[in-house]
Amino acid sequence: MGFLSCYAYLAILSKYVISKIQEFSILGLKRYLVTRGVTMFGVLLITLLLTIALVGSNMDTILKQGVIFQVRSEITDNPSISKSFTNPEDFERFVQQKIDERIEILGLDTPWYSPQRIGYTMLKIILLDFGNATFLTSDTGSSNVGDILVEKIPKTVLLFTTATIIISIIGILLGAASSSKIGSKTDRLTSAFAVISSSFPVWWIGMLMIFAFAFVYQIFPARATPDIEPSDPGYILSLLYHMALPVITIVLIGFGSWAYLVRNFMVGVMQEDFISAKKTMGINKKKIVYRHALKNAAPPIVTILALSLSGSLGGAIITEAVFDWPGMGRLYFEAINVMDLPVIIGSTYVLTVLFLVSIFIADLLYGYFDPRVRTGT
Amino acid sequence: MSSVSTEDIKREFAKSILGITGIVIIATLITISVIAAVTIPPSTFQEWNNPEKWLNYPKTSIPIWANYLTAEKTPEHKILEPEIFQTNSEQLFLTSQQFLVNFEFDDFPSDFVYEFETKYSDSHLISVNLLRPDGMEMKLLTTSLPFSEIETNYKQRIFSTDEMIKKSLLMNPDIFAFDISKKSVTDILFSDVSENKVLKGSYVFVVNTYGTNGQSEIVDSRIILGGKAFGLMGTDELRRDLAIGLLWGTPLALFIGISVAIGSVVVGLIYGVYSGYKGKKTDEAMMRFNDIIYALPALPFLIILAVTISNSIFLMIGFLMIFSWVGIAKVSRSMSLQIKTRQYVEAAKIMGQKDSKIIFRHMIPQLLPYAFASIAISVPAAITTEAGLSFLGLGDPSFPTWGQILHDANTYGAAAQGFWWWIVPPGLLIAITGLAFVFIGNALDSIVNPKLKR
Repeated sequence: MGFLSCYAYLAILSKYVISKIQEFSILGLKRYLVTRGVTMFGVLLITLLLTIALVGSNMDTILKQGVIFQVRSEITDNPSISKSFTNPEDFERFVQQKIDERIEILGLDTPWYSPQRIGYTMLKIILLDFGNATFLTSDTGSSNVGDILVEKIPKTVLLFTTATIIISIIGILLGAASSSKIGSKTDRLTSAFAVISSSFPVWWIGMLMIFAFAFVYQIFPARATPDIEPSDPGYILSLLYHMALPVITIVLIGFGSWAYLVRNFMVGVMQEDFISAKKTMGINKKKIVYRHALKNAAPPIVTILALSLSGSLGGAIITEAVFDWPGMGRLYFEAINVMDLPVIIGSTYVLTVLFLVSIFIADLLYGYFDPRVRTGT
Repeated sequence: MSSVSTEDIKREFAKSILGITGIVIIATLITISVIAAVTIPPSTFQEWNNPEKWLNYPKTSIPIWANYLTAEKTPEHKILEPEIFQTNSEQLFLTSQQFLVNFEFDDFPSDFVYEFETKYSDSHLISVNLLRPDGMEMKLLTTSLPFSEIETNYKQRIFSTDEMIKKSLLMNPDIFAFDISKKSVTDILFSDVSENKVLKGSYVFVVNTYGTNGQSEIVDSRIILGGKAFGLMGTDELRRDLAIGLLWGTPLALFIGISVAIGSVVVGLIYGVYSGYKGKKTDEAMMRFNDIIYALPALPFLIILAVTISNSIFLMIGFLMIFSWVGIAKVSRSMSLQIKTRQYVEAAKIMGQKDSKIIFRHMIPQLLPYAFASIAISVPAAITTEAGLSFLGLGDPSFPTWGQILHDANTYGAAAQGFWWWIVPPGLLIAITGLAFVFIGNALDSIVNPKLKR
């Protein structure tokens, strides 16, 4: 997935696709999608439960401290309350009583692992109510986690979708080209580049790119966060300019293994009977590769396109941290640095949803593209 | 899947150039690890995050060898040890220390520090002079040690930025043909008299300690001549010697990568084979569980685990295993479905052998070649993931890993400031280590799965 080196990723992906075909043929499309849907919802709930379980006790302490702080400041804001007490001990008792009342109203008197509280928290999160962030705010100053996420998600999607589209175009063309001439220089170079480039961590190449293009040749900015206000009309242009270096880096690391993958699928298709038949019919080889073989290799390629998009979302955390790209990944990174738990829970949930949705879409696309699945045979 | 004997694998592997390259790289890394373990005491890496230990080292210095690549020679950071001469006469006890340095660089040293510890009683006087290659002797400063009746140990640091030194230089401003009032002390001392350029040659710092009643004993004494080039790998912003961090990172990376790979392959293999062998409901349930783990977003979870539970390196290895056995379990299950139908397995079943015996005796040995290839292929993923987590600042602070070096580099903006020696080596090591295992895995894989060999 996101963290696997691309080579292992490729190995698992191709096996994943093969297992897909088997499962499709056993279950049929409809039942398959229902099982998938149920599994994924289960995964979502389990992820949520695990996240809450991991951060729950910290969350409790923070919430309780928040209540104490709130009650105390309310009382000091109103001097007449403290004046009505002559004995400081009585006053302290009064404050403590107020705090206990508030804690009980909020339901914080039961521990976080009590069934009602976990159920309530999970329900709130599933309904996309993430509460307020402890420290972080959105660009507009709102501390509502939902607002922050709405601001960040489009930027992450923009960066990684752009990069993935470029990668897949280069990858498909290069892969098709090298599969039409197996053993040629292009072919061997592509394979070598795929293995070597996938061994480098993207974020390290990112640092090198910043060194090369922001320090040695000052073409691109070192930080990818635009320095003008989002309301400014030039913001979008500035955003695109700042996006260049991250996109180039992701493409550079990604397209090699893509080309290699496409090549391998194509090689598989090229060995099939109908291609040999077309060859004996004397049809132009180029036409066979780009018209017929590519069409038949499309289902797995499209599936992997969707999957690699979801995989890259996981890796976004590190990539965005390097380039300081103002998206989900950097938000996550910042939230962890300051232990902003509501933001951590919210972004984990959103990341999981995005991840699962793209896996689900990958399945749907596979069903749509592969005629064997569509007809349910 | 055809079964391949160990002999076959050895023979085929010896033919694979990439496989051999991988083995050679890993052997080199292991040698480096052994050298690291033998030559560098473990206390050094335990003090990796202790800033006091690195005080005498320079900040962000390039590696020394970089001087051979550039026309301009960056001054090396030198720690000078003294030659000690003692002369005694009736009234005066003199201890003279000489620090010789051959200065052949194109830029001035950034500063110098005279650091000493001495054991004395009564009162003593110290004078520091510099003998230049053009024969001039510059008086830097004269100072007295605090008076003490009993024998005491006294420690002091004299910095080149000391007011006294500048003052004594400004007493004779006419020696130099340029205005020295705005220059730093080292820019003056190491300069040619006619113009403000480095005067190359050998310099001698002479430190004399005078006592009237008895000798002072020098316990510890050195001059640190600040430069911008140091050691094999340079230093970072916190003055740490990167060579030590990189050396110690090697065994750690290998340890993390190999233990995660072996652990997850063993778990995945047994899980998958058991699931495939049992079949029916057990298989269904186990594969659903597998699907769930497969669909968990790994990196966010690893981060949360590291933050909330612990970032100890051993627990981290366990966390990494949780997420990496899944794919292997899937593949070994489908392989075990084929092996299950073989006659010797059926025969064993009819003979009434225990399930565990059938699985471990008859089925898993068939999958071993695949398992070895998987181990090799899984190592780089584990190493890069650990490096990634360390890069985010979630590494175990008691062990300097390559990822942590890169984390520090990123925190101090090394890329944007051009500190290439801080960024390139750790990443390159991560990549080379990963590549070596990929080569081996690839070679093994094409022997085990001849179909992939094209």
